[in-house]
This record gives sequence, C-alpha cells and structure tokens, in this order.
Amino acid sequence: MEGDDALSLLLRADPTLLAIVRLSLGVTLSATLVATLLGVPLGAFIALLRFRGRALVIVALNALMGLPPVVVGLAVFLALSRSGPLGTLGLLFTPQAMVLAQALLILPIITALTRQTIEDLSAEYELELAAMRVSATGRVITLIYEGRFALATIVLAGFGRAAAEVGAVMIVGGNIDGFTRVMTTTIALETSKGNLALAIGLGLVLIGLVLAVNGLAWGVRIWAERHAG
Amino acid sequence: MQDRVERPGSGSISAAGDAPGVAPRPLIRLDGVGYRAGRNRILSGVTLEICEGRPTALLGPNGSGKTTLLKLLMGLVTPSEGHLAADALAAMSREAMAFVLQRPVMLRRSAGANVAYALQAAGHAPTLAAIDRILAQVSLGHLRERPARKLSAGEQQRLAIARALARTPRVLLLDEPTASLDPSATKAVEEIVAAASRDGVKVVIATHDLGQARRLAGDVVLLVGGSVAERGAAATFFAEPQTPIARRFLAGELVL
Repeated sequence: MEGDDALSLLLRADPTLLAIVRLSLGVTLSATLVATLLGVPLGAFIALLRFRGRALVIVALNALMGLPPVVVGLAVFLALSRSGPLGTLGLLFTPQAMVLAQALLILPIITALTRQTIEDLSAEYELELAAMRVSATGRVITLIYEGRFALATIVLAGFGRAAAEVGAVMIVGGNIDGFTRVMTTTIALETSKGNLALAIGLGLVLIGLVLAVNGLAWGVRIWAERHAG
Repeated sequence: MQDRVERPGSGSISAAGDAPGVAPRPLIRLDGVGYRAGRNRILSGVTLEICEGRPTALLGPNGSGKTTLLKLLMGLVTPSEGHLAADALAAMSREAMAFVLQRPVMLRRSAGANVAYALQAAGHAPTLAAIDRILAQVSLGHLRERPARKLSAGEQQRLAIARALARTPRVLLLDEPTASLDPSATKAVEEIVAAASRDGVKVVIATHDLGQARRLAGDVVLLVGGSVAERGAAATFFAEPQTPIARRFLAGELVL
C-alpha cells in the first residue's frame, strides 16, 4: 500500500524527505520574510499617502493578488537567464531564485491586504492620533502595530500561498535533486514517475503545514481578542 | 467675579468663579472665524475669547457646530475665514492643549500602555510612576493591565481623559464626554473634570446636558446654526437668558 509506505517514510524521518521539507521551509520562510519587510511598509504608505494614480496602483495591486505562479516564474526566469537584466548574478536554478519568485508572488497579496487593513484602521484612528499630535511616521508605526494581529494573519496567508505553489519554483529552480527540489515540485515529479509513497508522504507534510499555519492564524486572532481587545 | 452676558461680537467671555476684581486672562481668541465643509457652512462669524478660570460650556442643538469649534480650537481643522490665536499667552500653544473625542478610540493595548503612548506622544517619559499617577487621577489605577477595549464605556471615557491629561494640558477640550454614559459614570467623569479645573486646567466642554453645564461651567457659549447666539456667565445664562433663542433652547423648544 502506497499510503503505508508514505507513513513509514514519515515515521522513520526519511533523510531525503526531511531534506526536501527543510529546503521548502527555508525557501518559503525567506520569501515570506522578504515580502513582509517590503509589503507591509509599502501597503501602509499606499494606505496613508495621497498621490496621483493611487487608485490605479490599488486596482493593479488587487489584480496582482491573482497572479498565476507560472507567469511569475517565467518573468523571474527571463530576468535571471544569462541574457536577462539580472543574468550576471548567476542565480537561475538556485534556492535564491526560488525565494525571489515566491516573494514576488506573495508581495502583491501582503501589500494589498496591508493597504486595506491600514486604510480601515486609519479612518478609525485618524482624528485621535491627530489630537495626540502623533507625527506622520509615528502614525504609520502606530497603525501597523494596531493592526498587528490582522497583519499576522495576512503574513500567514502569504506563507500558505508560497508554500503551496509549484509552477514558479519549478521554472526558476529547475527541480534539481538535492539542491532546488522542494515539496511541491517533488510531489509533481514523483507522481509522474509513479513513486507515490514519497509524493503522498510529502503531500501529508504539506497538508499538515497548511493546517498548522491556519491553526496559528486562528490562535493569533483568539489571543488578540482575549488580550488586546 | 464678573457676571455679565454679552451678545455675539461684543467682547470676551468672563469666567465666573475667578478672583474678584481680577480680569481673567484670555487663552484663545477667535475673531470672525468661519468654517466651511464643501458647500456647507458649519461656523460663521464666531468671535470670542476663551479665558482662564472655570470650565466653559459649549451648548447648542445637534449640528450647531460645537464639535467643529472644538476641532478648530485644537487646530485639527483650519478656519475658512477669520483668525484664531491660540498663543494669546506667551507660553500658550497648541502643544499645551488636549482633546477628548466624543467617541474616543482605544489603542489595542492595556490601559497603562494607552497612557504610556500618550505620554510618549507628548514628549514625556512613560515611566511606571507617571502612568500610575495619571491612572490614579481618573481612578483607573487598578485596571492598568486590562486591555483598553475590554473596559466599560465609562472607564474608556476616563481613560481617554487620562491620555489627554498625560499631555499636561493648559486647555482641555471635551466633546460630549458623557453623552453615552449612565449617571454614575457621568458623575465620575464630572468629578475628574472638576478636579482638573481646580488644578488650573482650562476646560472647554461641549455638552447637551444642561444639568452638567450648570454643575461644571463658569461660563456658557450657546451656538445655534454655526453662530454664537448668546454667551456669558453660566449663572446668568441659566437664570436670565438674554435672547429669545436662548430662552427657547433652555425651554427645550428650539427645533432646527
């Protein structure tokens, strides 16, 4: 039974499986960190600044949330290929390229949802912060802090999206055994080869990861309601 | 104690309760101030002085411009016309003013952290001693670690006043601070306001509660339709209103 074999792989902590899981987590956590560091401040500033073309930027950001991963993969592939603008960096078919692709994939999600969250909070807090004479920078920091629980959920959503995507990392990582092979690309490859045990094992890990992320998001919200109101 | 009623545009409000023979010092002057929001004229031709002394009550029906006038005093909106000087005294500036909104927004943190935030925003060190002292002023010392949004409406209003007091204001602007509170919470807020006033803080309070204005105010400004309809010492205003519109307002007959 393939299912029994998959469980066996998990229970005996198969080194190949663990290496793939480790790389997957490393790539996705890095991508989420990069996208968060860029997306949260960017979203906050778009929420609070008024500039020409702002509506267009918001519409574009919202549209980019549905960006197909293969398109992101293709764009990053073209940018990193030898003749591309970033070809000299030599990053194609490396984990760094996969981080870049995943970060670009979830950047619009984190930016757009942060923008919406901060804009809603700003409407609520604007007069109060103005009355307290809080500086413009102070207001941005305050609103990000006040929205911290909603933002944590947004970041976790971004992490889930990056962890589950396959197209982009397949294109820019090349699915090289022991180097750029992550859970999703391995599942796709092993399924096509008929090696269902490893595919199912990794599928179970992936589902567990997604469940854990959602459980964490739920826990954050419950904790916030109890402790911060 | 000066105790006279003046018609719009005729000079300063005299603060009842001041020392006899001592003219109350003006803190804020408004000269022909008007404010428009789009095509709507919210305030027009407001000329008055807010002087040191007992609290000034801003009275008037809904939509008469009380909140807008408070925002103008705080500098949160700019007059469309006229002139407003908040630096009538050399040491007076908007930094020495604090504003409590009708529906204050609690930061998503503890009561103590809310006060700490206000202290920091005002440039003061948010020490535990300072936080405890300010919370004690509004009788919330025992709730320092409680999430602010978990407090009752009355406690939240007192916390909002605590945040305002953290600015060590010379002038405290209150926008209907007891509008949604029960009598006991109202009494608690009034005691805090009275204590602040005794400590030398000039309080300007917008209120619909005539009883509250009688209890707290030294002088009254009646706004109707964005203009000052009557102003003067509270005792005189309530005993002998000088204008028909004030008499109708006090009789509860003013319908706009």
